[in-house]
Amino acid sequence: MFMSKMKPLTGAYASAEAMRQINPEVVAAYPITPSTPIVETFAKFVADGKVDTEMIRVESEHSSMSACVGASAAGVRVMTATSSAGLALMWEVLGVASGMRLPIIMSLANRALSGPINIHCDHSDAMGARDLSWIQIFSEDAQEAYENTLLAIRLAEHPDVLLPTMVCQDGFITSHGVQNVTIHDDDVVKKFIGERKPWKSLLNLNDPVTFGPLELTDYYFETKRQQEEAMMHAKKVFLEVGEELSKITGNNYGYFEEYQTEDAEAIIVAMNSTAGTAKATIDRMRKEGKKVGLLKIRLFRPFPYEEIGKALSKARTVGVLDRSASFGAHHPLFSEIRNSLYDIDSKPKIQSYLYGLGGKDIFEKDIEKVFDELLEGNTGPTKYIGLRE
Amino acid sequence: MMLKDFAKKPKRFVSGGRSCAGCAAPIIFRTVLAATDHPIVAGNATGCMEVTSSIYPFTSWNIPWIHNAFENVSPTISGAETAYRALKKRGKMKETVKFVAFGGDGGTYDIGLQSLSGALERGHDFLYVCYDNGAYMNTGNQRSSATPFGASTTTEPAGKVLQGKSLFRKNLTEIAVAHNIPYVAQASVSNIMDLYNKAKKAFEVEGPKFMVVFSPCTTLWKFKPDDTIHIAKLAVESRFWPLYEIENGKYKLSYKPSKDVPVEEFLKTQKRFVHLFRPENRNLIEKIQKHTDEEWEKLLKKCEE
Repeated sequence: MFMSKMKPLTGAYASAEAMRQINPEVVAAYPITPSTPIVETFAKFVADGKVDTEMIRVESEHSSMSACVGASAAGVRVMTATSSAGLALMWEVLGVASGMRLPIIMSLANRALSGPINIHCDHSDAMGARDLSWIQIFSEDAQEAYENTLLAIRLAEHPDVLLPTMVCQDGFITSHGVQNVTIHDDDVVKKFIGERKPWKSLLNLNDPVTFGPLELTDYYFETKRQQEEAMMHAKKVFLEVGEELSKITGNNYGYFEEYQTEDAEAIIVAMNSTAGTAKATIDRMRKEGKKVGLLKIRLFRPFPYEEIGKALSKARTVGVLDRSASFGAHHPLFSEIRNSLYDIDSKPKIQSYLYGLGGKDIFEKDIEKVFDELLEGNTGPTKYIGLRE
Repeated sequence: MMLKDFAKKPKRFVSGGRSCAGCAAPIIFRTVLAATDHPIVAGNATGCMEVTSSIYPFTSWNIPWIHNAFENVSPTISGAETAYRALKKRGKMKETVKFVAFGGDGGTYDIGLQSLSGALERGHDFLYVCYDNGAYMNTGNQRSSATPFGASTTTEPAGKVLQGKSLFRKNLTEIAVAHNIPYVAQASVSNIMDLYNKAKKAFEVEGPKFMVVFSPCTTLWKFKPDDTIHIAKLAVESRFWPLYEIENGKYKLSYKPSKDVPVEEFLKTQKRFVHLFRPENRNLIEKIQKHTDEEWEKLLKKCEE
């Protein structure tokens, strides 16, 4: 039996612990609230010699992702962390990273996008990058932020995948909240992680490669098609790597987690920390005999439409909680869940909820109200949780 | 080393690329790449040379090469250089490798300036080479901060009221010097051994190095393809483009023209300046000459000539 240690840690610290165990050759990052303590904690690990990573303290997030691309193309493991405007500034290079098929790993402490400027949690940063061919994994708490990071390394570097991956956690709520986190044994984790074996590299001097060529009408589409295929592979590999990680952690890594959904009449779909609030609400409502459950998304890209459709088919009403808006369209998560139900014969009713933008709190009483509405079975246009109209 | 000797070196940037006949940039690239015998990893900002050298499935690059985007060749190559140092530290890399970043004036003076400054400040061991053709030539001659006073570009054209660019160029060489890096140089495609020797010196120094190289554009300065070197030479001889270097903060003039060639001789070779030769614009040519003289005098003082 190996040694695992439980420690009171913030989500940011837990992510930095994963980085410490991974000990990537290069970390390039620029500070931005609330992701900053991830980089600060890791910088202290470097200063104390706990890792021998080379850090690049760049002058912007655009340059941090650019440096990640250069280092990853040079064949080494590269990690970064950011939030909100930082991810937005990287946007151009995020597409280069995935188009070049570089397995860069990012910790994203989710934060609202400007404007107005706001430092608190919502998912608009991640949703703005959802179509850039990055694998996106969401984490309910600090434990998941830690373990998902370990999973992400193996998933991103798998030869059938080779795609960059972002591991999301709620800014402040998770990144700065202290929880008990089990950090697994260094040696066991290091064995699980192994070494990156790049297919092609800038530093393989005997096999010079042109990275990032110009592709016009004759090849660009074909390259993008391969990228789409890689994303489909990621779905399969996610479960394989998750199963392997499960042997170390004892936890499960499905595309999503089902909580009390077996006989649930009303199911809420949510991501990140709100899933925890929903679970507490469900425990209480179950005692009152109410058949309520939760489907918590772990893997958002690639999106497991078929599996989610099947999982929700038993419910009478589904409520989807979005923490970011798609202006003039269905909100991002609602849109995906609605799509998942299209091929299901007995479709549940579905209701969209928008909540928590710019860090607006969501409480158990809010979720209880959602469940009560869902149990009544009335659905309509998007409802807003905690909003002053 | 003579010109004919380095012409015999292994071709790191091979023939068959799609740059215009008469383009100065491939000459600059080959010369720089020949200036070290160590393996080189090269990066390219988006621009003419990136586009013409890497049209998939073909490549002009016989060495590892990366293009990321327009404004970020410096952080991209600094990422590769850092990966190299990390592997060396872990004993996984034996060879000595040199890193070079190429960018045009748009990708260097303008959109890439912040990230260039960052990479110079961080002390990466790399050489940045800006080939300066004084506008966004890849996209058809839009004005950059390297566009000379009076030049007509598509975004600041000469017309009935305006006479092309109304401001003088940004002095990027001096901006690079302000970073207190070990080596900065200004060179020209016309003075090929000077360019070669500067690149060689740069590769031999550890830390960030910066060079800006004068690179006439036959297509959009509008001159005959066989006049490229001649026009670059006129820029140097007229003191419009002085050749000098700054080694550890010490200025040194590389070449002092023996004859007094008026800047007009350079301007009249290119159609981008043709409107300046209307009688009513005589004062603009005089203004350019005055500015050129003043800059030259300032440089001589710095070089203690």
